[in-house]
Amino acid sequence: MFYREAGQFKTSYAADQAVFPILQDRVFIALWLAIGFILVPLVSTEYLFRAIFIPFLIMSLAALGLNLLVGYCGQLSLGTGGFMAVGAYAAYNLCVRLPGLNPLLAFLLAGGVTTVVGIVFGIPSLRIRGYYLAVATLAAQFFLDWVFSRVAWFTNNSSSGSITAPPLTLFSLTFETPVRKYLLCLAILVLFAVVAKNIVRGRIGRVWMATRDMDVAAEIIGIRPMYAKLSAFAVSSFFIGVAGALWAFVHLGSWEPLAFDINRSFSILFMVIIGGLGSILGSLLGAAFITLLPLLLNQLPQWLGIAISTAMISHLESMIFGALIVFFLIVEPLGLARLWHLGKEKLRLWPFPY
Amino acid sequence: MEKFVNFKALVLGVAAAGALLAAAQTFAQANEQFVPALVYRSGPYAPNGVPFANGYADYLTLVNERDGGINGVKIVFEECETGYSTDRGVECYERLKGKGPTGAAVFSPLSTGITYALTEKAPVDKIPLITMGYGRSESVDGSVFAWNFPLLGTYWTAADVIIQYIGQLNGGLDKLKGKKIALIYHDSPYGKEPIPLLNERARRHGFELLTIPVTHPGVEQKAAWLQVRQNRPDYVLLWGWGVMNSTAIKEAVAVNYPRDHMIGVWWAGAEPDVLPAGEDAKGYNSIALQHSAGQIAVHADILKNVHDKGKGAGKREEVGHVLYNRGMLNAMLVVESIRTAQGKYGRKPMTGEQVRWGIENLNLDQNRIKQLGFAGMLQPLKVSCNDHEGVRHARIHQWDGAKWKFVSDWIEGDNTLLRPMVDEAAKKYAKEKNITPRDCTKA
Repeated sequence: MFYREAGQFKTSYAADQAVFPILQDRVFIALWLAIGFILVPLVSTEYLFRAIFIPFLIMSLAALGLNLLVGYCGQLSLGTGGFMAVGAYAAYNLCVRLPGLNPLLAFLLAGGVTTVVGIVFGIPSLRIRGYYLAVATLAAQFFLDWVFSRVAWFTNNSSSGSITAPPLTLFSLTFETPVRKYLLCLAILVLFAVVAKNIVRGRIGRVWMATRDMDVAAEIIGIRPMYAKLSAFAVSSFFIGVAGALWAFVHLGSWEPLAFDINRSFSILFMVIIGGLGSILGSLLGAAFITLLPLLLNQLPQWLGIAISTAMISHLESMIFGALIVFFLIVEPLGLARLWHLGKEKLRLWPFPY
Repeated sequence: MEKFVNFKALVLGVAAAGALLAAAQTFAQANEQFVPALVYRSGPYAPNGVPFANGYADYLTLVNERDGGINGVKIVFEECETGYSTDRGVECYERLKGKGPTGAAVFSPLSTGITYALTEKAPVDKIPLITMGYGRSESVDGSVFAWNFPLLGTYWTAADVIIQYIGQLNGGLDKLKGKKIALIYHDSPYGKEPIPLLNERARRHGFELLTIPVTHPGVEQKAAWLQVRQNRPDYVLLWGWGVMNSTAIKEAVAVNYPRDHMIGVWWAGAEPDVLPAGEDAKGYNSIALQHSAGQIAVHADILKNVHDKGKGAGKREEVGHVLYNRGMLNAMLVVESIRTAQGKYGRKPMTGEQVRWGIENLNLDQNRIKQLGFAGMLQPLKVSCNDHEGVRHARIHQWDGAKWKFVSDWIEGDNTLLRPMVDEAAKKYAKEKNITPRDCTKA
């Protein structure tokens, strides 16, 4: 009933090829954007911004980047944490060594640096596939971890290895308050999501999907594998680099290489898998699941008034989290995005069952 | 179809119940002081985090039970599990900083990584940080770091005292020329902190410093100890935490490095570190942060007022262990700071800003220490705007197989060496962050 398209006639090819062809979808998206940009800043507390929304938005961006690589192009990558670190340290070095540089420009340039690094570490994908590629990208993760720990130049010769991001100012606006940080992250995420959606709907996206589905067949029909795979690494690394710069500058403020270790890589990969491979919405849903659920589980005993020791809460959180991941993968291996699409299909018929 | 509708109803019902309950739990008592406790009771650092957390909790309970709170203001404390991870520590900070009628009194991050992250946020939220025996070494300079208090000692002080002790063992610091000292450190800001001071001392006295990093969490140390076996340093300094410490001692046994030539930092010298190696840990030294293991007057109070009433946070046998004592000491400094603040601002719950004043004006002389029941565990301590450390003395204690025994006198960190380094590092930080240092003569 909600998704009835009766009466919606497209009169031009452009209207037919729109990203959201159904009016209800457009309304829905406009509603979410209104909630995101207007309602949430008005009603949220500082804790919700700093601990819930900002990490969720930045991780969504990183998951989006990884989904482009793993979900759309089929190249398994475990180096996400390392690429985020490249973005973070590149942004830091640009801001520290070129004072007065516009921070947004620093983020984009950091994304550019990560693109180059991503292409370099994507070169093995031309020879190896699947799990072997995962191991090669794992090497990237550990190598980048090591580089940022050992080479003092990257941390501006900080003796402790921990560095702090310089304050963010843009056109005489300082991004110190949680509301501004949240709006900045939301704006960047929306922009990048639009870009990603358009890329995957276009020629490049189809080249990636062909490579993912059957790369030998794709090569035979004329898709250059080097172009397909390295462009996927490049675009994905750009997204992940910007996400890393945001994570370091906006969320953490002060970080050490441990903030971008292998666990970070795994958690972003889990976001992509749980959310749904090959789906933009899936990246967001997966990010919400992985970033917010542990916090929810941690605070649930307190809300329900059950007194448990913090150690027990922590252990229960790990167990329930793991069990839920297994449950979701059994119930819907194609991820939360697929659950949403199924729901949408049912909403076309509701309340009239077959 | 039916299943779908039921599921939706279930989800809505749970959400509604959650919202109601969330609203119900926010009742603030008017005359209570909220003290947050960042702990790690799980993860690779849990063996060391648990006794600390228990000591902290027990002392706060003691103040409530025995004294009825701080001048009648009861303490309410809440633990939050950080697992030693920086982003969880930051999330715990955000969650707890606004609780209680006047917000959180003071945070003890219990992790150098979390301290670095909170150093940015604390001045904005106006909540002080007590980083007792850890944190940024340059935060001794209170004119730049108004909200950080590395009470009782920093890592530069620790490294300095250890080198002085090694000098004592060899008949003078000048006798260290030509010797080799290795630093096996946790590859994190915590482990890297002492390196600048050790380099300075190496330059002054002519010994060779070997820095050997160990990746978190520190269970893989074969490569590090292979280097030790090859280089045969005269002394090994251990800057580890959690499971890294016990692994290090076991590896030392494996490469046959004499444990009595190992000196650990104060976070690498507690029972969970030496007990796993059993008899082989005998002779292992560590610097002691003011206190060691053992029970003094305050422990009798804790056993009587807390454990006998069944309110102990941990096991009774743990009372008096090294890290338990440290947690207890940390809680005592928190309580005394709040009490000092109440002396100026009145006998009511204190805000973070007021507690900051309290810590900065904390003055515990010998009589007061005896009154509190801490005689023998703490040297007189005087904090000031210029000196956020308060006291710079430490001793070395050694594990004899069954307990810790002091093997040195009180050694004071050499301020003629430490202070210029602190000032330089603080100036650099102030320049980076555009902070105008406060004028301590007027503070």
